[in-house]
Amino acid sequence: MTDDADNPAAPLLRDYPSTDGIFDEMLAANGSPRPHWKDLVGSFDRLGATELASRRDTAARLLRENGVTYNVYGDSHGLSRTWSLDLIPLVIPHDEWVTIEAGLAQRARLLNLILADIYGAQKLLREGTLPPGLIFANPAFLRQCHGIVPPENQFIHLHAVDLARASDGRWWVLSDRTQAPSGAGYALENRIVLSRVLPEEFRSLRAERLAHFFQHLRDTLRNLPSQAGGQPNVVLLTPGPYNETYSEHVYLARYLGFPLVEGGDLTVRDQRVFLKTLEGLQPVDVIIRRSDDAFCDPLELRSDSILGVPGLVEAARAGNVVVANALGSGVVETPALSAFLPGLCKQLLGEELKLPSLATWWCGQEKEFAYVRENMDRLVIKPAFARGSAGPYFADTMSEKERAALLAQMEATPYNFVAQEKIGLSTAPVLEREGLAPRPVVLRTFTCSTRDGYQVMPGGLSRFSSSPEQLVVSMQNGGGSKDTWVIGEGPVSQLTLLLQTTPIVRLERAAAEVPSRVADNLYWLGRYAERLEDTLRLLRCVLVRLTGDVGDDETPELDSLVRLLAHLDFFPAKFREEHTLMAVEREVFELIYRTNRLGTVREVQSRLNNIAFSLRDRFTADTWRILNKLQTDTRPRPGRVPIAEMVTMLDTSIIDLAAFAGMEMENMTRGHGWRFLDIGRRIERAGNMGSLVKAALAVQATGLDTLDPVLEIADSVMTYRRRYFSQPQWPPALDLLLADESNPRSLAFQIFALADHAANLPQPQDRSPSSRHTDSLNALLAKADWPALAHDQLTTGNNKLGELLAAVAGGLRGFSDSLTHQYFSHATTRVS
Amino acid sequence: MNYEIVHRTVYEYTSEVSVSQHVVHLTPRNLPGQQCLRHELVVEPTPALVTSREDYFGNSTSFFTMAGAHRTLVVTAHSEVALSPRRWPEPNKTPAWERARGYADRSENLTIEAQEYIYPSALIPALPALSEYARPSFSAGRPLLEAVLDLTRRIFTDFTFDPKATTVSTPLEEVMKKRRGVCQDFAHFQIGCLRTLGLPARYVSGYLETLPPPGKTKLVGSDASHAWVQVFVPDFGWVEVDPTNDVMPSDRHIVVAWGRDFEDVSPIRGVISGGDKHILKVAVDVTPLTKKTEALGASTQSQSSQTQS
Repeated sequence: MTDDADNPAAPLLRDYPSTDGIFDEMLAANGSPRPHWKDLVGSFDRLGATELASRRDTAARLLRENGVTYNVYGDSHGLSRTWSLDLIPLVIPHDEWVTIEAGLAQRARLLNLILADIYGAQKLLREGTLPPGLIFANPAFLRQCHGIVPPENQFIHLHAVDLARASDGRWWVLSDRTQAPSGAGYALENRIVLSRVLPEEFRSLRAERLAHFFQHLRDTLRNLPSQAGGQPNVVLLTPGPYNETYSEHVYLARYLGFPLVEGGDLTVRDQRVFLKTLEGLQPVDVIIRRSDDAFCDPLELRSDSILGVPGLVEAARAGNVVVANALGSGVVETPALSAFLPGLCKQLLGEELKLPSLATWWCGQEKEFAYVRENMDRLVIKPAFARGSAGPYFADTMSEKERAALLAQMEATPYNFVAQEKIGLSTAPVLEREGLAPRPVVLRTFTCSTRDGYQVMPGGLSRFSSSPEQLVVSMQNGGGSKDTWVIGEGPVSQLTLLLQTTPIVRLERAAAEVPSRVADNLYWLGRYAERLEDTLRLLRCVLVRLTGDVGDDETPELDSLVRLLAHLDFFPAKFREEHTLMAVEREVFELIYRTNRLGTVREVQSRLNNIAFSLRDRFTADTWRILNKLQTDTRPRPGRVPIAEMVTMLDTSIIDLAAFAGMEMENMTRGHGWRFLDIGRRIERAGNMGSLVKAALAVQATGLDTLDPVLEIADSVMTYRRRYFSQPQWPPALDLLLADESNPRSLAFQIFALADHAANLPQPQDRSPSSRHTDSLNALLAKADWPALAHDQLTTGNNKLGELLAAVAGGLRGFSDSLTHQYFSHATTRVS
Repeated sequence: MNYEIVHRTVYEYTSEVSVSQHVVHLTPRNLPGQQCLRHELVVEPTPALVTSREDYFGNSTSFFTMAGAHRTLVVTAHSEVALSPRRWPEPNKTPAWERARGYADRSENLTIEAQEYIYPSALIPALPALSEYARPSFSAGRPLLEAVLDLTRRIFTDFTFDPKATTVSTPLEEVMKKRRGVCQDFAHFQIGCLRTLGLPARYVSGYLETLPPPGKTKLVGSDASHAWVQVFVPDFGWVEVDPTNDVMPSDRHIVVAWGRDFEDVSPIRGVISGGDKHILKVAVDVTPLTKKTEALGASTQSQSSQTQS
């Protein structure tokens, strides 16, 4: 066996183009691999193209199964797109990392001191080392937060920096994220997946582990003060499922062991923050927030925000809650600050700035603006504030007209603009279909505060752009991510990540806390899952009778079934009188695939999906897989779908739902969350059973037999046969469907279960409104003599049975309302 | 002159409200020429918590939480203020307006406090049309206050007072197009004009005693919150102008709070849970007093007998 790694023409590298004047991470200028890449290149060569592609697919599958997604606004793939991870890590040698690490820790320290001054004495502004205009013109300077002193004067708990390597081989700072940095969780997920698909390479390169970093972060948050003394209650505040990095919020909350909450889950009373749970209000001491500054409190900050917590600023001001990072810390994200950092570093730390920032000119300064005007073509022009609002602008690629418009804007509000020198990003190898290709790469690093100063994550989230020409690297613009391997020196620390992930589970205490919003969503999840199953069963019952030749003896049954569905309001009311087979088939098709009509399979399925999406942190990977499968299985395909295919689709979906129900029975702890899910299911099933029997009796009264289909829809044919060995008859069938407490489909079974749930939900001492409803429902059922009622109704035509069922339906509605009133309902509206 | 001010805000909700949080700016400031002799904030029903502090701009602000179901919320601020006529510099003796301009990196003639007010704010964007409108009043070398008063007069002439034309949330751009609005709109507009020229200008929220038409008695609750403008004059300080009335406030304008725009000093803002819709009624009474004893009598009376107009 020969070692190809020493051969510059190793198969993998044969077609890897060399780019003049651009630093390639893997290849040196002479075309051979850099020393710290040699082993990896050799190893990839041995694996070969086919094996690499197969490992890349495994990585993609793991990511999909772990539910790692990135939401791209206006994306045709719908809400979430699977996170894209390249198989080749970015490798950074140890000595180079030591320099980066020291520079990042210094930078975090420096920015923290600047924040403390801006939100405190403002000495830097008075002395002019920091131009007042840079702060006063900056919309991210929150005057409401001035004077709030966080514990230990710590504003930045987690700091992210985007780094790029220029052609000179040095790393430069592109930008800072100081308010709610994203990406640390993705970096961790990348690591878990990549170390699994490239285990040998990972071990032999002795890449530094990430687990320590997260342990530091968790310890830092846990060491913050708590109101009650002892460990603080920490929550992770997310803007919600529609946020682009929601999946990361879910992951981090789980990994760190803190409950994931939305703004609506928190409330401020008497300047204190509480989590609204079923058990009542639980105090919250620390909020890791993933919402941007301005969206955190609609009372004092942006009033149009529905994501925040009204009164949060006042609670922080009173010192009753720590927000990490501190509210207002976004003010130092402005790229204009870079121009002043070298001076500020000397003044505040007495040190030279270790990591250089891109040369930056803030147009708020007269001389600098003049320079920018002269050199516009060589520079990148960016908004100084409001990241992402517009730009960056490359003047050399703009038309005369666009240039004039930009200049006019800059003249009117010069302080709103900065210019930075252009740098060519270094390229890193990316595994494409055709082999390795160089792509521009940016590295996002993470730093967290600890008792002993700032600690840097040894690695980070590398991102590359989708094409060699793309000048802006961003996940929103496509492109992908890479794991980052910092080569360790000496033995890698024994703390392994995989061992770490297991013990870090939710705190017991946190697990018991079910936010009211979550309970509400679980309740509806149960209802929609059951509603979907009911719909699928009803439609399947019709559809199987439409297939093949319609024999004479089948016709009356189909006829009664169609009328039954018309009485249940599935089919148009006119079908109660007459219908053609064609019309029925068309109607069934619509009831499956139409999305803009209430109650169709697709419509209920999409509701189920939306609600499941917002509960994602509550599901295991397996459950999530089942829900994904259900969504794929019900997806329509173009063209006319044959009946047989529709039947298969309904069959598959019913099995998917059974699998979902199975996960729920077997894998969910029997906490309040589970109870609400089950309550939703039971209420829906009880209601459906009542309507089914009522409708069946109405059709029966017209002389058409509906009993067989009813037993089929209620999934009770087998039970009936086993029990009665006879042709079905109404009185015993009604007993089975309504009164038999051992039949999990019966009305009595549902009400029994509801009563049990109601008795076990957290309740205020003085009232138990939901139990009152189940008590009266139970009483209704106990009184009823179903066989006699059925006999009466079928022979004399009175409607005692119908009235009783209506009373039961009313009782169920009352139960549902009392739940809503007691446990959910937290709508927030804004006044003035 | 002493004034008694009663500022009453009533929220009526269509369904019960369980929790709400409010921030108010209702306490008159103490200034040279203005003294707040007495101030009381009454909230009904009784709130769970009221805290007061000074905000970033030095205004007195209160925060309160309502806990417990209620359908009506009444916030009443009673204040008594002593005013003496303000003294302003001679307009033609003020420095050339260019000297008062602030730049982001050097503002020799401006205090750091004044530099706070030369940039756009949430409700006052830097629209190019603002400086275009202002320019004719600011010819080269013209004394600052002279130019500002000219601008004030032009706004008074060009804009029509029309409470139906705008709401609190009408953007400045629309106000400019319609040339109609209320004091808040005119103040925002003038501030925008001044800032786009680089001049520090701030928003003042307060009250103005209105006089009934000749021969009529004044109606209770007929006054309103008022808003006007302060501009920074180097070597002097802040000077007030009122574009709604084309006057320089003297002893009938009561200053409650100032900030960059309405959003910084809105008299009452809140977030409520539940309550569906609400009806909002605001009544302000500014009553001149002659003797201290009358003040107390009047205040008791207005508390018990005031009705909504």
